[in-house]
Amino acid sequence: MRLSKVSTLAAGVTLLLTAGCGGGGETAAPSAAATPSGPAPGATTIVEPTDGPVKRAQADLVIWADDTRSPIIQKIAQKFATEKGVQVAVQQLEFGDIRDNLVTAGQAGEGPDVVIGAHDWLGKLVTNGAVAPIQLGDKTSQFKEVALKALSYDGQLYGLPYAIENIALFRNTALAPEAPKDWNALMDNALKLVKEKKATVPLGLQVGPEGDPYHFYPVHTSFGGGIFATKPDGSYDPSQLTIDDAGGLAFAKALESWSKKKLLSADLTLDIAKEAFNTGKSPYMITGPWSTEDAQKAGIDLAIDPIPSAGGKPAAPFVGVQGFMISANAKNKLVANDFVVNYLGTPEVMKELYDTGKRPPAMISVYDQVKSDPIIAGFGAAGDIGQPLPSIPAMDAVWTEYGHAERDILLGKGDPEKLMKQAAEKIRAKIG
Amino acid sequence: MGLTTKGGERVGAHRPRLAEGGSTSTAALIGKIALLGAINALAVYGLLTAFAVGDWGIFGFVAIATVVADYVYFSKRVEAGKYLVPGLLFLLVFQVYIVVHTAAAAFTNVGDGHNLEKPRALEHILAVSEKRVPDSPLYKVAVVTGSDGTLELLATDPAGQVTVGGEPVTEGITRDSSGKATAVEGYRTLELRDLTTRQEEVLDLRVPLGAQGALRTQDGVTGFLARPTLRHDPAADTLTDVESGKVYTASHSGYYEAADGSTLTPGWTENVGFDNFARVLTDTRLRGPFVSVFIWTFVFAALSVLFNFAIGLLLALALNKTGMKGRNLYRSLLVLPYAVPSFLSALVWTGMLNQTFGFVNQTLLGGADVPWLNDPWLAKGSVLLVNLWLGFPYMFLICTGALQAIPAELNEAAKIDGASAWQHFRRVTLPLLLVSTAPLLVAAFAFNFNNFTVIYFVTGGGPNLPEAPITLGSTDLLISMVYKIAFGGAGREWGFASAMSAMIFVIVAGISAFGLRRTRSLEETYS
Repeated sequence: MRLSKVSTLAAGVTLLLTAGCGGGGETAAPSAAATPSGPAPGATTIVEPTDGPVKRAQADLVIWADDTRSPIIQKIAQKFATEKGVQVAVQQLEFGDIRDNLVTAGQAGEGPDVVIGAHDWLGKLVTNGAVAPIQLGDKTSQFKEVALKALSYDGQLYGLPYAIENIALFRNTALAPEAPKDWNALMDNALKLVKEKKATVPLGLQVGPEGDPYHFYPVHTSFGGGIFATKPDGSYDPSQLTIDDAGGLAFAKALESWSKKKLLSADLTLDIAKEAFNTGKSPYMITGPWSTEDAQKAGIDLAIDPIPSAGGKPAAPFVGVQGFMISANAKNKLVANDFVVNYLGTPEVMKELYDTGKRPPAMISVYDQVKSDPIIAGFGAAGDIGQPLPSIPAMDAVWTEYGHAERDILLGKGDPEKLMKQAAEKIRAKIG
Repeated sequence: MGLTTKGGERVGAHRPRLAEGGSTSTAALIGKIALLGAINALAVYGLLTAFAVGDWGIFGFVAIATVVADYVYFSKRVEAGKYLVPGLLFLLVFQVYIVVHTAAAAFTNVGDGHNLEKPRALEHILAVSEKRVPDSPLYKVAVVTGSDGTLELLATDPAGQVTVGGEPVTEGITRDSSGKATAVEGYRTLELRDLTTRQEEVLDLRVPLGAQGALRTQDGVTGFLARPTLRHDPAADTLTDVESGKVYTASHSGYYEAADGSTLTPGWTENVGFDNFARVLTDTRLRGPFVSVFIWTFVFAALSVLFNFAIGLLLALALNKTGMKGRNLYRSLLVLPYAVPSFLSALVWTGMLNQTFGFVNQTLLGGADVPWLNDPWLAKGSVLLVNLWLGFPYMFLICTGALQAIPAELNEAAKIDGASAWQHFRRVTLPLLLVSTAPLLVAAFAFNFNNFTVIYFVTGGGPNLPEAPITLGSTDLLISMVYKIAFGGAGREWGFASAMSAMIFVIVAGISAFGLRRTRSLEETYS
């Protein structure tokens, strides 16, 4: 009996701790696998050197990439390895896991040399000392300014940009032959189609159980304002939250009216919106490049337009920039810098990367080559007025409350202005 | 009724173990030696690995554990140890270690921004503080080595002027098509492959060029002028901004902090004593929510156990009837929810309970508009329902097992005494069942008290409570509230989360200890 008591209690503790540790538990295994000394579980391939006197452990350039990009990066890295006589290993991780694993591995001074990452991770990576600044030298002028701005933190550049992603308005040309002039035109057509039973979801603007500020943001900015005010140097100022300024409150009231008109629904999730759009049951959807392939495969005649303005000002989506970053704990910083700056940062390699993933390129010359593709041009036009997704740590405190406020307004849980103000107060308290 | 006889003992409790009978045979001995040999081989591998990476904690533990295991299984003196050692070792690794680790973390500020040891944090701050001189020219560089083997930078400035180690050279230069000097007489040019073993040396090269800064390279191809923007004073442990003169002092909050409160990142892990616990107890914003969340957590755990046990028992009783056709098929079907990963079931339920588009409202209820997950009270009911779906098969299994262990003669005795079906259940079956299942019910309560999975995946704690002073939803349990507080702000606060987890642990441990004490009295009465 005594033993079973101990084990019962212990069982309770473990549950408690595993629950409390959330993301922590998952991160432990792959980070241990990141030591360059052996083929770890995460490693997809170890590229053998074809020409190289250097010992493996010393010349290992370890790259972390996600499943969609590791094959092409491996191919590119292999060429680099052959050319320079060094050894390269590409390890495959879930994209979302790369950030936390880099931090965890960094605590032990371990980890890869190079990772593929999103610019909005920088707040977390820089605060934890996990990434090192890079110098692009005279290459800076070859990249779109918004991409370099996004990958900069505290005045230093932390990555080589390669793709720019933002959301735009997806339109099924069979249901909506013309791009809507403004938000009201979109709403009228969408609601008319639902009334005529030609559509079930008027507008695929996903909400989900916690709200979805990322997808609602362009609509918010079209009323003026945004999440944070900017400092003189153009970076976001965490002490000036502006979601409850005049623009934010006008947006809140508009949300309530659209919910009443059944243009938007708090219950619409990504899955439901996507299903409806891809089966031709929805004329419009606000989403990003990740949804393009499925829609085209489903046979939808797709057009991509900038998001129409609801409040009169430009509807600026968040711009996310993906790039190659160098770990602060890289074992081979010189090789890593040479690879990222001088090898990846060329139009040929950038074009190769574009050809596999079709993500809008951040290098100007490559973008100019491919902008004849109407899909790329559509995202480009929508993103030209975009704002970089804030990468400051304070943003983590914003998502949940801001999303809840939007969802609660759509649910009709109270006065929209009051709900937005309450959320803003809670976020301010969290940021401190 | 006089049924509290010796007959209550569970069948099979004294059945001789087959293994004991065979332990003396040669085959068993060989098997034992082979198994222990394999374990020892694994342990040696573990020791070598731990030695290689210099992890002495793991090294020591593996060494001691192996010696203990060998002693216990080869010695004849510690019979009981043979049964206890594996369990105890696993208890140490998977439970005690984690508990100690968490408890230790509760006294630190470990979390985002405080993940590193102090020396490494300082090293990183200084490395990042060395910035390129604004608008300074870029140099094309090559790494060369002189006759004495030291590394130098062969640099070509934008005007085509060449320097080696900062000294201008004009003769014996080989240039490529872009005008970059690739080699110079008296030095050997090194390629990347030659530099891989000497990378730190290349990265540490600083060639003073004028008053602006020093030439350095990060990739061995391009050089730039850099200068440090912070100066470290080891004696006072301060960092001074070279330009503004602002002084950052190492503070107890785990940061280099200036007088105006601004800090340098990253910070480091610092012991903060009982600060985390004090913060939980003194933060007025937590007080109100804590009481209501605690009550709901208790209700959720209690009702979950009650419902799951009731349904599980009912089904077990129904399917306990001998001679029923297809009994095993029914039993297998009932265990199915248990076989699906719980987070998956939870997500499917979330989709089905969607107010506007969900299967339940749309199809089952013919287009009804029931706010299953959007109404505070219905959401509470919904998570209990989902938890019932997830939890009843377990109760069904243990009740089925326990029912079969009730001696048939007791049931006969009850029949002969003329007990009604209800009396039979209430006075015979249930008490005997509880003797064996009550500890499991206590465990189930402890489990559900911290059932993060169901809440996180079904409702995410929602529907949101906009009036609450912190981010909180109607179905949040203590553990999911802790998660939101510690990880929902600007960065994750592991230390603070550990402190709150430790406090919940005390609550759960207290309730469990009380419950198990009651269980024992049950056992004494009925056995």
